[in-house]
This record gives sequence, structure tokens and C-alpha cells, in this order.
Amino acid sequence: MLRMITILWLSLLASTAQAEIAIQQVTSDGGINAWVVEEPGIPFVAVEIRFRGGASLDLPGKRGATNLMAALLEEGAADRDAQAFQTELERLAARFSFRATDDTISISAQFLTENKAEALALLEQALIAPRFDQAAIDRVRAQVLSGIASDAVNPRSIAGATFDAAAFGDHHYGTSLDGTADSVTALTRDDISDAHRNALTRDRLYVSVVGDVTVDQVGPMLDALLGDLPAAGPPPPANVAFGLDGGVTVIDFDNPQSFALFGHAGMKRDDPDFFAAFIVNHVLGAGGFESRLMTEVREKRGLTYGISSNLAPMFHAEMVIGSVSSSNDSIAEAIAVTRAEWARMATEGLTESELDAAKTYLTGEYPLRFDGNASIASIMVGMQMIDLPPEYVINRNDFVEAVTLEDANRVAAELLRADDLHFVVVGRPEGLQSTK
Amino acid sequence: MTRFFAAMILTCLALTATAEDVTTYTLDNGMDVVVIEDRRAPVVVHMVWYKVGSADEPEGQSGVAHFLEHLMFKGTDMLAPGEFSQVVAANGGSDNAFTSFDYTGYFQRVAADRLDLMMQMEANRMTNLALTPEDISTERRVVLEERAQVTDSNPGALAREQLMAAQYQNHRYGVPIIGWQHEVAQLDMPELTAFYERHYAPNNAVLVVAGDVDPQDVLALAREYYGPIPANADLPARARPSEPPQRAERRITYVDPRVSQPYLVRSYLAPQRQSGAQDDAAALVYLAELLGGSPFTSELGRALQFDTQTAIYTNASYGGMSLDATTFSFVVLPSEDVSLPDAEAAMDDVITAFMNNDIDSARMEAIRTQLRASEIYALDDAQGLARRYGTALTTGLTVADVQAWPDILQSVTPEQIKDVAARVFDRNSAVTGWIVAAQEDAR
Repeated sequence: MLRMITILWLSLLASTAQAEIAIQQVTSDGGINAWVVEEPGIPFVAVEIRFRGGASLDLPGKRGATNLMAALLEEGAADRDAQAFQTELERLAARFSFRATDDTISISAQFLTENKAEALALLEQALIAPRFDQAAIDRVRAQVLSGIASDAVNPRSIAGATFDAAAFGDHHYGTSLDGTADSVTALTRDDISDAHRNALTRDRLYVSVVGDVTVDQVGPMLDALLGDLPAAGPPPPANVAFGLDGGVTVIDFDNPQSFALFGHAGMKRDDPDFFAAFIVNHVLGAGGFESRLMTEVREKRGLTYGISSNLAPMFHAEMVIGSVSSSNDSIAEAIAVTRAEWARMATEGLTESELDAAKTYLTGEYPLRFDGNASIASIMVGMQMIDLPPEYVINRNDFVEAVTLEDANRVAAELLRADDLHFVVVGRPEGLQSTK
Repeated sequence: MTRFFAAMILTCLALTATAEDVTTYTLDNGMDVVVIEDRRAPVVVHMVWYKVGSADEPEGQSGVAHFLEHLMFKGTDMLAPGEFSQVVAANGGSDNAFTSFDYTGYFQRVAADRLDLMMQMEANRMTNLALTPEDISTERRVVLEERAQVTDSNPGALAREQLMAAQYQNHRYGVPIIGWQHEVAQLDMPELTAFYERHYAPNNAVLVVAGDVDPQDVLALAREYYGPIPANADLPARARPSEPPQRAERRITYVDPRVSQPYLVRSYLAPQRQSGAQDDAAALVYLAELLGGSPFTSELGRALQFDTQTAIYTNASYGGMSLDATTFSFVVLPSEDVSLPDAEAAMDDVITAFMNNDIDSARMEAIRTQLRASEIYALDDAQGLARRYGTALTTGLTVADVQAWPDILQSVTPEQIKDVAARVFDRNSAVTGWIVAAQEDAR
């Protein structure tokens, strides 16, 4: 077993307080890499597992297969059917969750020190030997179909589906990972098994372990848990360009408010200007009550309960997106103010004091995230997935501090293009029509 | 015999769990102080809870508690409008607030050595809020947009509002926390300032600090910042109109074209956790788990989702932290070809069968184990522990009640569960709602 230890002293902003997190990198005899933090203070262990790929690996015509497969991992394994599996999980008081996203399968497990061998054995069965009983498939399929029906009358879901389809077309980002009623209804047990074999493979595996465990235990533990998975799966999908032009799409929906989802193309996470963009967006629309969008749309004009913008660097595309809800008679004004703020940030940039305030907040807030076993495990696995080293935890605030006003304003002008913003508006907005 | 063997193993589970490290104190002006030490990360959560919520509002002023919560982020004699949150952010922290039926809370999450500043600002806005008419008119629009987004755009939320209004005929739990739209639209300076002056005082507040702190340091800071604020000698007692005996079952059909699939809700009035008398509530926690906790192992899940395909989703729930009588609720989302009357009959059959049969001892032990383990997992979340104490102390419970609760949960017997179930499952105190997209779905 290979091992490397990085001890990270997290200094807090202008503060005597320091947090020590010793991230240990482990490679098991079977070749599985993991990041480990020993934290014996509370008698439980948090394990976070990710597989790159996720719902992007749905085969042609099988949209929804990976999502349905992930939902079935808690529905019986090896010699236990769904009810027997859950009964055993309850007996152990362990907590497992299995979830598919656009590009990952995400598995979270928390279990008590005193029965961790049994909990890990049960988790291994769920990952390696899920049963996919027909009764379970039919039952969970009905739940997924119920969710799809519910999304069809939900303004946020309607807006999201419309926006994604227009921006990404046939790429997997263009459709919901749930699938359609037709595609999900047609899925067979073989389709589910294919999705399992393709999505849970060791070549795209990321693991973190935090809690009442020693680093020596982790390698053998992971070999037993994950060593029997297939070595490799299908290649990842291609990247896709954001394909939606500026404009407005109105979708009629009888509701007292309109919901608007808006965005344009964004920036990759590994772009050298990412931290400048991160700060610009924080000031524009991600900084809670302090952001310009909140100040202008909510605090000054009372047009909404909340508005935000976000950088969305995904694995195969990148966007800047935001959303706002406002009454049908005020959504047009909310959108006009949003466009104006977008343009103002691009042309005027931010001020020195806004830059300083953003840096102070972002560097001060960062260490506060490391406040529990489950949160540390989740942060560590997320870092691994985007190829960040453990030292990033130390350096990250330096990257934020290094952004100059010149950088930020150059990036604001490049990144934010008010004319490119497309607003998908679901409701009965007054004074707004679809463009084209 | 394997079942018994399993139970034997489980009784020794989690006895090693360390309880949270809690120190309590009461300032001379009556403000309660609770400090929860968690030294794992240099973070602190600072919360001030007021023992006032929407159920304490005067009639005709629904939403005033929540509206005031929004306005607490405007100016004071020391802080400009919005400055409170700006200062928190400038110190790398985050802040927010929440309003419920029984309490209103304000909190910041910051580096542990910023506690001093947080307390200084929070103490300042306890009695020095300086509102302008413009603050109120703009924020009223925000609150009405919040209601439009959270309630009026959500058929499930509108249905819940109707169900609660039917459940509580006299008590203010029947009025939504955010307020009725037409009453919020009328709220103005006189109502808001009167509510503020009546209820915001140290003898009506609880300070909860959780994280990397020394309790003695926290107490010294609390004395410095909150100590000088005088108690409100005219603080009103929390006397609310109580529910009269309910003598007739109530039924509602809520029709909204935005409902995707018909479903039904049943709620019963139920006792809440009361200081020194939490046994009924503890038994109701088990009852909810047994009947509708896990879809795989609960009575409703097994009968309606496994043995038959009557339902896509089932649930039973009970929340015991409430100053006055709370509810025990069921939800059933029928399968596509099952009517609401058939689904409701199937649900009632499960409840009847449960009352007529012995409780499975293995299920009892499994729930006992889960509750014990949940205390261990809870230690990973200092903010969650802070909320637990804040909620308890603003809903009539004491620190001793909070600390006794895990043991009370462990001691619940099947007889207690049956006894409280027999009292709660009285159709005369029940509301049944059918939530449908069109009237013809309610057949």
C-alpha cells in the first residue's frame, strides 16, 4: 500500500484560529486511490464514492437507464431482496445513498465504528451484486414516471428542460437524466444491467474516507468493497458547445408568477482566468444579499424573493446561468434590470472595494466548509474529480487573493455578454414575447 | 431465534456515544444562554431565538412575525440598512433567519474569533431597529413575491394551507406562517413596530452558540453585549386560543390544474413534546416509523407498495417540537389505476390492522437502534445541535428535556404506542384532503 501524507493548516482570515486537516493519500494493493482523514472523535465513518460518467453513459434509446439503475442499488443485493436489504441496513443503523447525476454516480455511506465490517459487506453487495428484481424495477420505474409527470407541470422543470434542449440539443446535457415516459417505460432488466456494468467501473473511481478509521485499514477495506468491479467502461461522451443564442422564449403556464431561467456560454474550471470569473460572478449574482442582482432586483425594487447567477463548469460544457421569479406583471422589469446589470458589469467592471469585499468573504468562508466528517469527505471527493491536489486546500485562498482588479474587469468584459443572454420564461408574463 | 439474537447484539450498540458538551446559563435580564462545544473546526454558529412566532400574532395581522424577520436586516441606530449582512460577509461569514409558528431565529456562521462582533451586532438590533416607510414598502413587495413563489406557485403548499386551516379551528396554527396575502398587503409601520417592541427583549430570547468556543468566554461576551439590555417588564404571556373539542371529521377536496397526480393527506391532532411529559411524543415517533417511515419496512410501505401495488409513495410523519398540540399525518400517492377512495380505504385498512395486531418486536428494535445511532450522527453537525436546543427552548421545553429525550425514546414500549395511537386516531379530530387536478379525479 502506497501512502502520502499532506498536513494542511487552514489559516483563517486575520485570525489566530487554525484548523488542521491531515489528508492522507492511499493507494491500495489493488490499485484504488483514496484520500483519508482520520477523525476518531465520533464513532462513525463517512465514505464518499464517485464514478465519472453517470447518466452520460446511457446507451442510444435508453435514456433514463443509468438513473433507474442507481435508484435500484438500494433495492436488494445478493441473497437479500429489497425488503431484506433494507431490514439489514436498519439493523446496522447505517446510511447509504445512491444517486445518478449528468456525469457521475454518487454514493455516500455513513456507518458506525462498531459494525463497520458488516456495513461495508452490505455496501459491497449493493455495488457488486445488485439483484435488479423485476418487481423492484417496476416499482421504482413507477416512482420515476411519477416524477417525470410532476416535472411536466412544474415551472422550474419546464424552464430547465426547455433551456437545456435549446442549448445542448442531442448531447446528454440536452435531456433530463430521468428519461422520458416512453424511454423509461421501455427499459428492460437487461438495459439496467448494461447501465450497471458501464457506470460502475474502477477506471473512473474516486474515493474519500473520513472518520473513526485508521489509514492502514482503508486500503484493504477499499479492495474488498470495490475490487470486484469491472476494470474499465465505455469512453466518456464528447464535449458540446453552448448552442443557444440571445433572446427570450416564453412558455405559457397559468401561474401568478413567472419563473425565468437565463444564461449563456461560460468558462471551463481549468481556465487560468477561472478565479477572476468566480469573483466577478460573486459580485454580480452569487454573493447572497450583497450581490448586485439581489441589491437591484430585490433590495431596491422588491421585484423578487431571490435572484442569483452561477458559473456552471460541467465536465463537457460550461455556462453562466441564473434564475429569478417575479409576478407576471413585474417579471419584464426584473429581466430588464438583470440585463442592465449584466451589461454594466461587462462595461464598467467591479470596483476596488467590491473586489476586496468579495475576496474577504470568499477567503473567510472557505475554511468554514471543513466542519464535519461528512462535509470533509464530500469536499475531498469533489476535488479529486476535477484533478485538484490535496495542496489546493492550502493554496485556494491564494488563487483568490491573486486576482487583480485588472484581471477581474478584463474577464468580466469577456465573459458577460448581455446580448447573448437567453431567458426562458414560464408563466403569463406581461410585456414579454418570444423572440424570433 | 435469529431475531432475538439480533436484538441482543443491538442493545449494546452505541453505548459509547459521547453526548454533546453543553453549558447553560441565564443572564440577569432573563436571557437564556446555551453553549455547545465542538472543537473539531474553528467555526462558530451564533443564534438568537425569540420565543415568538406566527401563532403569537394578533388576529388580522397574519405574517407580521415573518415580515419583521425580513426587516431586521434593515437599519438600526448603529447599522445602515443591509450593513448587518455586509459586515458578516466581510468577515467571511454567512447569516440568515427563519420564522416558524412558535419561534423566530437569527444566525451567523463565522470563524470562531468573530463571535464578539456578531454578538455586538445582534444585541444592537434586538431593541434598536430604525425602520423607514420605504424599508417597509419595498420589503412588503419582497414578502408578497416570496409568498407568490413559495406558496401560490405550489399546489401542494396551497393544499397544506387549506388542510391546516381545517385542522385548527381556533388556534393560530391554522393561519400560514407567511400570512394570508390580503393581510400581508395591509401590514405597515404601526403593526410591525408594535410587534417588535412587544416581543423582542432579552427575557423573551435564547442565545445558542455552537462550535469552537470556551463556554466561559461565551458567557462573558453574552454578559457584555446582551446583559445591559433591559428586560421587557410587560412581556405578554404566550396565551393562545386553544382548540375546542373537535366533534366532526373534516374533508377537503383541493382542485388545482397544476397537480400532476392525485394524492391524499390525512392529519390527526396529536400531543406535542411537553416539559417533563414527553412519553406520548416519544411513542408517536415510533408510531410514525412503524406505520410509514421506511417504504420498505413500514406497515404502509409493505402493504401498499410491496404486497399490493396500491401506491407509488406512502408516508407517516410526526413532529413533536411544538408549543401547542401538533399533528400526526399520512400521505398516500396512489398508483395510476387506483382511485383515491380505494387508496384511502387501503390506508385505513393498514391502520386498523396495526391496531388489531401485536407490534413486531424486531421492528421495534430496529427503530430503537436507528434512534440511538442518529444521536451519534447528530454529533457531526454542530449547527443541527444548536437548532435542536433553540427549537426546544422556544417551544416550552428545557435543556433537561432535550437531554432526557434520547433515553425516553429508548424506553418506549409497544403498549405505550398502542395507547397513544388509540387516542390520536380519532376521526373526529382528523382532516382528510384529496388533492386533484380536476373534480373528476376525486371519484
